[in-house]
Amino acid sequence: MAINPYNRKPLKVLAALAAVSIGLYALLFAAATWGDAQLKPKLGLDLAGGTQLVLAPRLVGNAKVSSEQLNQARDIIVQRVDANGVAGAEVTTSGGRNIVVSMPGTPPKATEDAIRRSSQMQFRPVLAAAPGTNQPVPTGTSTTGGTATGTPTGSATGTATKPAVPTATGAATTTKAGSALPGAFVRATTAPTAPATGASTTPAPSATTGAATPTAPATGGTATPKDASDLAQITPELTKEFQALDCAKDGVLDGIVDDPAKPLVTCSDTGAEKYILGPVEVRGDQIKDAVAGYQPLSNGQPSNIVEIRLSFNSSGTKAFGNVTKRLVNLEDPRNRFAVTLDSQVLTAPTAQAAILDGQASITGSFTIESARDLANQLKFGALPLSFDLQTRDEISPTLGSEQLRMGLVAGLIGFALVFLYSLGQYRALGLVTVASIVIAALLTYVAIALLGWAQNFRLDMAGVTGLIVAIGVTADSFIVYFERIRDEVREGRPLRAAVDTGWRRARRTILAADGVNFLAAFVLYLLASSNVRGFAFTLGLTTLIDLLVVVLFTHPVVALLSSTKFFGGGHRWSGLDPQRLGAKTNRARYAGRGRVAMPAPASATSDGSAL
Amino acid sequence: MINFAALGNDLYTGKRSIDFVGRYKRWYLLSGVFVLLAALGLVFQGLNLSLEFSGGSEFRVSKVTIGDTYEQKAKDAVTSVAAASAPEVTTIGSNTVRVQTEKLSDSEIRDVQASLAKAFDTTAGDVSASFVGPSWGASVSQKALQALAVFLALVAAVMAIYFRTWKMAVAGLAALIHDLFITVGIYALAGFEVSPATMIGFLTILGYSLYDTVVVFDKVRENTGEARGNGRMSYAQAANLAVNQTLVRSINTTVVALLPIAAILVIGFLFLGPGTLLDLALALFVGIAVGAYSSIFIATPLLVHMRDREPEMVDLAKKAQRYQARHGGQVLASDVAPIDHGPDDTAPPEAGSLESAGVGASAPSIARGTHKYATSGPRNQPRRPPKSRR
Repeated sequence: MAINPYNRKPLKVLAALAAVSIGLYALLFAAATWGDAQLKPKLGLDLAGGTQLVLAPRLVGNAKVSSEQLNQARDIIVQRVDANGVAGAEVTTSGGRNIVVSMPGTPPKATEDAIRRSSQMQFRPVLAAAPGTNQPVPTGTSTTGGTATGTPTGSATGTATKPAVPTATGAATTTKAGSALPGAFVRATTAPTAPATGASTTPAPSATTGAATPTAPATGGTATPKDASDLAQITPELTKEFQALDCAKDGVLDGIVDDPAKPLVTCSDTGAEKYILGPVEVRGDQIKDAVAGYQPLSNGQPSNIVEIRLSFNSSGTKAFGNVTKRLVNLEDPRNRFAVTLDSQVLTAPTAQAAILDGQASITGSFTIESARDLANQLKFGALPLSFDLQTRDEISPTLGSEQLRMGLVAGLIGFALVFLYSLGQYRALGLVTVASIVIAALLTYVAIALLGWAQNFRLDMAGVTGLIVAIGVTADSFIVYFERIRDEVREGRPLRAAVDTGWRRARRTILAADGVNFLAAFVLYLLASSNVRGFAFTLGLTTLIDLLVVVLFTHPVVALLSSTKFFGGGHRWSGLDPQRLGAKTNRARYAGRGRVAMPAPASATSDGSAL
Repeated sequence: MINFAALGNDLYTGKRSIDFVGRYKRWYLLSGVFVLLAALGLVFQGLNLSLEFSGGSEFRVSKVTIGDTYEQKAKDAVTSVAAASAPEVTTIGSNTVRVQTEKLSDSEIRDVQASLAKAFDTTAGDVSASFVGPSWGASVSQKALQALAVFLALVAAVMAIYFRTWKMAVAGLAALIHDLFITVGIYALAGFEVSPATMIGFLTILGYSLYDTVVVFDKVRENTGEARGNGRMSYAQAANLAVNQTLVRSINTTVVALLPIAAILVIGFLFLGPGTLLDLALALFVGIAVGAYSSIFIATPLLVHMRDREPEMVDLAKKAQRYQARHGGQVLASDVAPIDHGPDDTAPPEAGSLESAGVGASAPSIARGTHKYATSGPRNQPRRPPKSRR
């Protein structure tokens, strides 16, 4: 069967739309069969209920939470929850103490943990490091260290340096663990201003302070270290703590007191190494942005090493530059810079050059998912407190199923009214409107179901109402279009030409109006949080579908219809009856091939035949 | 039903024309009254913010068996003490009912505790009370406002570029603010509770209002562009014609947008009573109605006001006056809105000439009938009667 050449393009477009819709539905079915998608759209907290987590701050002693801390924590948790998709969670404070997170559905354990982790990132210089599990040999070394401490305490500088050297070498020979740390650490305990290092780098200051400082560590570390890498900070208490620390034991760090201004004894997150770290030099809140990704190789190809790229704000950049500048010149392990997260060392790389541009990259034992989670947590800042999960309960919807059902019933009634109205206004063309709205509804449904699967998009009551309102906005595109066609028919054009010119003008208007709506959706989605983001998502989606339907469905269908006798001939029920539209029938019209047609007053025939 | 097609014809051709632009004083006054009402509502009544914004009291009734009627039971128990508050009732786990209300005073809290205990057949000791903070806190609002400010700036830029004049952007934004203000004001006046869902409703209105204004302005742009090209209409006349021509569209769109919302309103009112659905529907109904009104009655006159005094537009008005005086001697509606088209209309429409049928293209007096020889045959040749007649 030959296809009318006028119809080829519209048919092609319609075929494309059919292909897209079938493809989307096929994807949804496939995802539901083999993946974990649902055929129904996911519903939000107010319609479907969800899980309520009560988080209690972890407080030491009888410390209290200030309301600012709590609000700050709440804001950060909101951002973290938002980063997990457009689920529309609700985060409140409760009783001036707890934080209550209500999320739709049942969040996986990982999400739960990610929400309540403090994610306090700190950058501390390494003062000493040792393998994570205690071995008998290093303990032995430290006892020699201990005796060494005793000796210099009473004696002058000169004597202090002397016993230090043999102890250090002794330690080095006795440790079979092979790390350089016990050496450094013993030296440290021996002479706080580090005469051992002082011998090579800073002889002058150690000579002057030498007489006074050796007593200081023994009495409890009141010495003021000149910088964060200063070994003077290591007190015997720290030493003892360090030696006793066994990273292999579970929960060994639970009671850790993390004071940013003081040295910290801690483990790496894998438990393989333990450290004495200097005070915090760069804080987590000085991080401006964090992105997770694969580390690029020298040729620019991504490797399989997962890294988190950090960029610091201006004060962070400065601090980071200063530290790296200082560390580069120190010996191992003091040239290492530890990155701690919640008091555990993520990684402690060696500073190879001074980093002055405020860009740093962390590699560690990450998977790409955990790196992304962490990057998000870093970006939004650390919680001022750590939280423990107090209770975890299912929560019922705040709006009964009644509301949703009534909303849908109302939507259907509204749709029926729209149907009747457009039939009354546009006669048979009204059917096109209705068909378009049905197509738009089908597309919206599949899009929401798919987004629920991919983006955890959930429909709450406001979203449902927004979709009902979208009927109006979607219908408006058709109304604009039909009115334009009618205008052209009024001008006296035959229908097919009217459809073409009318479309070209209507398209401009529709694009401009939808463009503005889409802009609104885009900006609100990027900048706002929680509910507003969900709204922006719905708005963007419906606008896009509106555009898709009017371009891929309504226009081709009207173009096809315009070549039928019913519409093209301007039947009085077609809604495009030239007479009813007051078209100027008393005038001549060009009829092609040099002929001009004068339509007969009674009929709309315009073949202009003289025969 | 009104014959909109016929009305549309008349409005399109200018046979019937409503002077939207000229009677601006009336519309401004009307809007002024509404804005004043809204302002009064906001100042004296204030917005009734729900507990999501301001925080509230929370009661947990633990160790109870939850029947089907727990919601009603809890609501009755609360409203018997504090009538004003609309409690939100949820169940937590399998045996706890959570009731959230507005912030209550200490004595009220005790009363609600007792009354809840009675309703659920338990002791007051099993009803815990605490204060919940806002979930839509100041930071959410602040971020939303920031986003809104960025959006308005961007949209103004986009409109200014698209319409090639910043005045349209200003008029559009003015209409937008007008709509939002009136809707929010009516909300305050009616004393409805503003919940996060309502906020979303307000944002929907924002989108709709802009959308509607852009549609009307696009026609204004088209008409005034034409008028500036041929100098037959002043800016005000062209703009007014544009509004008239899109009037049927505006009415149809508004009705179509309002019908589903009206359905929600009626159903919500009859079957559900106050709740999110009804609140939202009301906000949207008012907002969309006001949005449609403002694009026609406020935005366009405002735009004309701003542009009318430009030297170019003053020249155009003079030119148009001269033209209209020449053709017919007086300013008729048909002068402003040409019914008939000049010679360019006989150009082949199939050729797709975009600008062939501009609205302001001609006036009736120059429309001539075609010579009868030219109407019938392929060439202007003497006609030969058909065979049957010979």
